[in-house]
Amino acid sequence: MTETHSFGVSPITCHAWNKDRTQLALSPNNNEVHIYQRSSNGWKLLDILNQHDLRVMGIDWAPNTNRIVTCAVDRNAYVWTQGDDGKWKPTLVLLRINRAATCVKWSPLENKFAVGSGARLISVCYFEEENDWWVSKHIKRPLRSTVTALDWHPNNLLLVAGSADYKVRVFSAYVKDIEEAPQPGPWGTKSSLGTALAEFPNSPNGGGWVHSVAFSQCGNKVCWIGHDSSVCVADASKGNTVTRLRTEHLPFLSCIWVGPNSIVAAGHSCSPMLYALDDNGQLYFASKLDNTQRKEAGGLSAMRKFQSLDRQARIETTDTALDSIHQNAITCVRKLREDKFSTSGLDGQLVIWDLKTLENSIAGLKIV
Amino acid sequence: MSKNTSSSAFRKIDVDQYNEDNFKEEEGDGGTAGPDENEIITLLGQGKNVEALISVLKSAPLGCKNQQVKDNALNLTLKVLLSIKSNQIEDAVAKLDRDLVDVLMKYIYRGFEIPSEGSSGHLLLWHEKVYNVGGVGSIVRVLSDSKQA
Repeated sequence: MTETHSFGVSPITCHAWNKDRTQLALSPNNNEVHIYQRSSNGWKLLDILNQHDLRVMGIDWAPNTNRIVTCAVDRNAYVWTQGDDGKWKPTLVLLRINRAATCVKWSPLENKFAVGSGARLISVCYFEEENDWWVSKHIKRPLRSTVTALDWHPNNLLLVAGSADYKVRVFSAYVKDIEEAPQPGPWGTKSSLGTALAEFPNSPNGGGWVHSVAFSQCGNKVCWIGHDSSVCVADASKGNTVTRLRTEHLPFLSCIWVGPNSIVAAGHSCSPMLYALDDNGQLYFASKLDNTQRKEAGGLSAMRKFQSLDRQARIETTDTALDSIHQNAITCVRKLREDKFSTSGLDGQLVIWDLKTLENSIAGLKIV
Repeated sequence: MSKNTSSSAFRKIDVDQYNEDNFKEEEGDGGTAGPDENEIITLLGQGKNVEALISVLKSAPLGCKNQQVKDNALNLTLKVLLSIKSNQIEDAVAKLDRDLVDVLMKYIYRGFEIPSEGSSGHLLLWHEKVYNVGGVGSIVRVLSDSKQA
């Protein structure tokens, strides 16, 4: 079933897992990144990465090369490598931005990473052997506002970016110094770095910052969520058609693909929701994944009720617990394994969800 | 040397205006002339209040830049909303598709801004029924959409 882990009372800004999912990097809403080792009796704090001056906004852990990249409001990004003594050593990356860095993602081959920022640009960074440092190239046009979310295409050459100008854009992130020229694909034929290959407005009614974007495993579909409580999917193999679903929930903050046609989205409603694409490519709501019943504190006895009426002139007790595992907004959803994902949020909790057992326990639930 | 003052005037300086590719609100289509008042009045006269509601919401000039057109549409929509009786509200909302429910919610909130005799109580009833269908998402979209009523 679902496992719940608590990391104190402060919010968890974001989290990332190492390759074998035994270690966890998370930021407790400040300038530090904590590395935890999972053991039989809880979590052991291994290391604290405190090179950033201001709040950490993004963490990503490259599984194969075992490097961590972090970015923060102090406009810097660091690539962390592990020494023989197990301690993490930072390398500063020159992002050349004049606003906060907001999000960071390693490319699938782990030879590049991309950083989104409030300077209305994306820095695509790669390691230059000659000079022995990380250099960055900028994608500027036609971004009009803060880049809030990023994701890489599985082919290592395309980026999708969500922005506070209510748009989602697919860019070429091909760096000719370090890799082979890309083959033409469904997203387009142009290849030079920074070419905008597709642009999707979040909503025809205008509005709704894009909070999270994700490429599907096949790379032909892009899913995003916006602040107008919507979930959208664009399909390049069907001529960039967009299917939108305006939900009745509070806005989502993070989304991932959990199957070829299934999306998990979570956010201010505190519960992850499963959305799926039907055979016609239309989005539909599949299931709420958190069916926890609210714990009644001591039961709602008649005595308690009258006591409360007497003391506070109202029937409700002071019980403010939500009927979900997370007790505050979920800000980060990560894929853990093929059938597992983890969520962390403002309540300082990290929850691991098992889709296999959820499939068995929720009637009619099927991951497609 | 710079002096440390309590002045906060510098915060009001728009430093972004010197940037060449600033974010600009997209130009609305502007073409929507708003609902046809005669048609709506005729429908109301014939007692087809729900049809009038659907018609007025479908032609809502949300993306329009002309405040006069928007105000006219608002007044007309409020007239329709207030003409539908409390016990018919639920059926009327059930006949709307999800996009129109969102549009309706925008007009309900605008209606709260300009109250008339008894209108707010009636709009609260509308709000309750629309909330049952559209959920909090519908309210979120009133706040987040740039094309407003």
